[in-house]
Amino acid sequence: MDASLPAHMRPDRSFQGLILALQRYWADYGCVILQPYDMEVGAGTFHPATTLRALGPKPWNAAYVQPSRRPKDGRYGENPNRLQHYYQFQVILKPSPPDLQELYLKSLAAIGIDSAVHDIRFVEDDWESPTLGAWGLGWECWCDGMEVSQFTYFQQVAGVECAPVAGELTYGLERLACYLQGVDRIMDLNFNGREGDQKVTYRDVFFQAEQEYSRHNFEHADTAMLFEQFKMAEEACKKYLAAGWREASNRREHLMALPAYDQCIKASHVFNLLDARGVISVTERQSYIFRVRELAKACGEAWVHTEAGGVA
Amino acid sequence: MPDLLLELFSEEIPARMQAKAADDLRRMVTDKLVAEGLVYEGAKAFATPRRIALTVHGIPVRQPDLKEERRGPRVGGPEPAIQGFLKATGLSSLSEAKIQSDKKGDFYIALIEKPGRAAIDVIAEILPVIIRTFPWPKSMRWGARSAKPGSLNWVRPLHAITATFGLETEEPDVVNFSVDGIETGQTTYGHRFLAPAAINVRRFEDYEAKLLDAKVVLDPERRKDSILTDAKQLAFAQGFELVEDQNLLDEVAGLVEWPVVLMGSFDQEFLSIPAEVIRATIRNNQKCFVVSDPKTGKLANKFILVANIEATDGGKAIVAGNERVIRARLSDAKFFYETDLKTKLEDRLPKFEQIVFHEKLGTQAERIKRIERLAAEIAPLVGADVAKAKRAAHLAKADLLTEVVGEFPEVQGLMGKYYALAQGEDASVAAACEEHYKPQGPADRVPTDPVSVAVALADKIDTLVGFWAIDEKPTGSKDPYALRRAALGVIRILLENEIRFDWSERLLSWIGELVRDIYQSLYSSGGTIPGAAIGQLVSEWTKGSELSRGETFFSEWTRKLAVENPAFFPALVERAQSLLSFFADRLKVQLREQGARHDLVDAVFALGGQDDLLMIVRRVEALGKFLDSDDGKNLLAGTKRASNILAIEEKKDKRTFDGAPDAALYSLAEEKALAKAIGEVKAEASAAVAKEDFTGAMSAMAKLRPPVDAFFDKVRVNDEDAKVRENRLKLLNEIRSATRAVADFSKIQD
Repeated sequence: MDASLPAHMRPDRSFQGLILALQRYWADYGCVILQPYDMEVGAGTFHPATTLRALGPKPWNAAYVQPSRRPKDGRYGENPNRLQHYYQFQVILKPSPPDLQELYLKSLAAIGIDSAVHDIRFVEDDWESPTLGAWGLGWECWCDGMEVSQFTYFQQVAGVECAPVAGELTYGLERLACYLQGVDRIMDLNFNGREGDQKVTYRDVFFQAEQEYSRHNFEHADTAMLFEQFKMAEEACKKYLAAGWREASNRREHLMALPAYDQCIKASHVFNLLDARGVISVTERQSYIFRVRELAKACGEAWVHTEAGGVA
Repeated sequence: MPDLLLELFSEEIPARMQAKAADDLRRMVTDKLVAEGLVYEGAKAFATPRRIALTVHGIPVRQPDLKEERRGPRVGGPEPAIQGFLKATGLSSLSEAKIQSDKKGDFYIALIEKPGRAAIDVIAEILPVIIRTFPWPKSMRWGARSAKPGSLNWVRPLHAITATFGLETEEPDVVNFSVDGIETGQTTYGHRFLAPAAINVRRFEDYEAKLLDAKVVLDPERRKDSILTDAKQLAFAQGFELVEDQNLLDEVAGLVEWPVVLMGSFDQEFLSIPAEVIRATIRNNQKCFVVSDPKTGKLANKFILVANIEATDGGKAIVAGNERVIRARLSDAKFFYETDLKTKLEDRLPKFEQIVFHEKLGTQAERIKRIERLAAEIAPLVGADVAKAKRAAHLAKADLLTEVVGEFPEVQGLMGKYYALAQGEDASVAAACEEHYKPQGPADRVPTDPVSVAVALADKIDTLVGFWAIDEKPTGSKDPYALRRAALGVIRILLENEIRFDWSERLLSWIGELVRDIYQSLYSSGGTIPGAAIGQLVSEWTKGSELSRGETFFSEWTRKLAVENPAFFPALVERAQSLLSFFADRLKVQLREQGARHDLVDAVFALGGQDDLLMIVRRVEALGKFLDSDDGKNLLAGTKRASNILAIEEKKDKRTFDGAPDAALYSLAEEKALAKAIGEVKAEASAAVAKEDFTGAMSAMAKLRPPVDAFFDKVRVNDEDAKVRENRLKLLNEIRSATRAVADFSKIQD
């Protein structure tokens, strides 16, 4: 950890200090530091900077915070560890550098986790996202028995083989911050690193939102409208995909992969809301996941025919 | 002779894959060495989270030389054949070939001497192939090279390969090769945190020692021993006892290179949670051991963790961190448990209406209703109270909807029992909530309480009947609904509890009822299909009626089911019979695994109409004992002889010799004696079988032996008088049919 940091910026005192320290570390490594994607997503992986940029031959190093929504995990702000909205810090490095594990361990050192005192472990965790048609191998990273990150070598994303493979790191920020700050409830986190009157806690920022969204997600979200929205997003995605193809003189190109992918993200979130409302049966669930995956795969296919996707 | 040292150094290998990987490496390398004529003295493989290593000692320096004679074309043969021969054998001209003569003429012979190659060169060819084709259960690509096809697949990124070959007394050579850009060398690395520097190694002995200095215990058995010893001591020192857990030990030993055992504790208040839940929480999520109080046998508020480092603070931060996580986990578990206790099990049931069990078999709620119905029907057959069996079946699945089971699926059933007891259910009802899942595998206990037995049978039979009704049977290795396990469970419950059960008619009714339910939901607008419709179908079937002819007698629905859709009823019967034979097959497998002779099992099944599993087993047992006796062996021989003669003569005459022999045609005393004995034995054996006294039936059979032996001794079957011959053949046929009272002897092997 940088000893010159002022107290309110220290990752073990301040939630935002933790985020800033990680951004600083990965910026120093050479990553593009992006801002969160401006749509509702279930995890940092959905950000096109990961899902789509992981595809194709071009090198890509990026890091960003992504607010993530898991409507089903809401507990009206009452559960110490579960929220329907939380932050992930996401790093994507393509191709995966040979020293990715060391880079990761140094990032832990940068936020104050000393490997001489803490027991850091890489425990098998095969990652799979059925909705994204993606899988990879890697680990859960444990610090003293707590999972603090996920570490994945992407093998396939949106149904497309990764060539080269990208390495993805996902830090669960709230959990990591609880550990660093020594608190047991996410709501008790010091958000801004100040003390006394100036202190702002996670509760001050998000408690009301957790309550309101839990009510919304479980009790009031308009399911008829959501079913309609799912269909609309699905149709829009297909429409934009169909409209985006162009036959250039010597190659086939796609000109609207990103807008189409937005609709795939939208469908995925709407599905999560419907799921939280408990109106999707077990068998239907599979079919919805399949429908989103088909969209994701079509978007991946379109993306590898774009400039950034490396169309040759 | 020289030794080989090989180490494949990678990022963290999943714990569950390490042991097999080490074994595969040893097997693949040594098999290949032997195939190349390099017979070694010994080999041993090891694994840690970051490496698999192999030592093979006593490998010859060179392969043995090979001498081979290869026969070529005839002397003076066509020119292309001779050129081909020279090319294939590497000879420069025919003067280098020998000429050999045999009956067919003179031929060229090439003497090829293939000198053995240096072992190190052979090994350098073998190893890259093994690495490229290594059978990881799951492997991956990584890094810049993964942009191109054909890049190396390994379990996680592979970083270094150490491969040395040489004599103990000398500096070994590096076995030179490269795989996907990784060049072999003699550099490895120590513990990730405690001694990360590069280490230069020569051969296995210094490799293992230097790794130990660098805080890596290479041998997983040594790591396990040290974890177990330390954990026991640590527990003992504080007055506790380690709750041993071999699977957890295996896993934990695969997560550390330098095991350091530490103890932590949690708040006493969490001990109010059921012990199994505490253990599941601590074990599954944290991979820690629990300890018990030796005085009470109950869990103590302590846990044992295995760290991978010797921390500079003596492990204080590690223990504190683990305690924090375990506290969070246990408070989740406690919260779940207490929340669960607030809702009665039956109040959870409506939710099952929303949960699909299987697309074609309806919701969980429908399934529970079926299990209730079946349990009530089975209860009297197994001596269970009907009301209790129904109640237990009603509640048995409810814990699936509790928070604790949602979190820890492996305590399903067990939590049902706890919650049932907590809401004051009868003890048998509560026990059935847990035990109706049993037996879960060959090693699992079979329930014995009649209520548990009834619900366990109902649960499994509903599953089997259901999947048979929709024609989704296991095929080959595919058995996604674990139907084989369910059938075996039914068999074990019946046999171990000595329960009598007639299957055919029952299975048909059950399949019929289920199909009706399925039809019902398909044609819900068409009115209710009455249970009588199925009952009528089943009783007609057991009477052997042809349904198409009897249509006017049937109710409207029976007609709808059976006549408008003529395939419906035969399909029903076919499925019931197919399920019966599935049971028969599972029973055979089970009996065989218990050491029964499969031919005896076949001999009993061949009698047909055998659908009481317990009786089948009794018969097989009695038959086995009988055939071990002299009487049994000789009677079997006599029966076989009779069958063989019959088979030959039946073929010759193109007819069978059924029907009673004519007593008037007997001329010899032995014939009369045999006929008399058959008559008596048949009656006696049938009476014994009717009483289910199979040992008695076998003893009756034994009485056949002397007259059969005497008959073959003194009587010529193929008499010149055709009528006498026919009569004697009929008598032989009688022997065969008499033995069928107990088994089909023709299926028994000598």
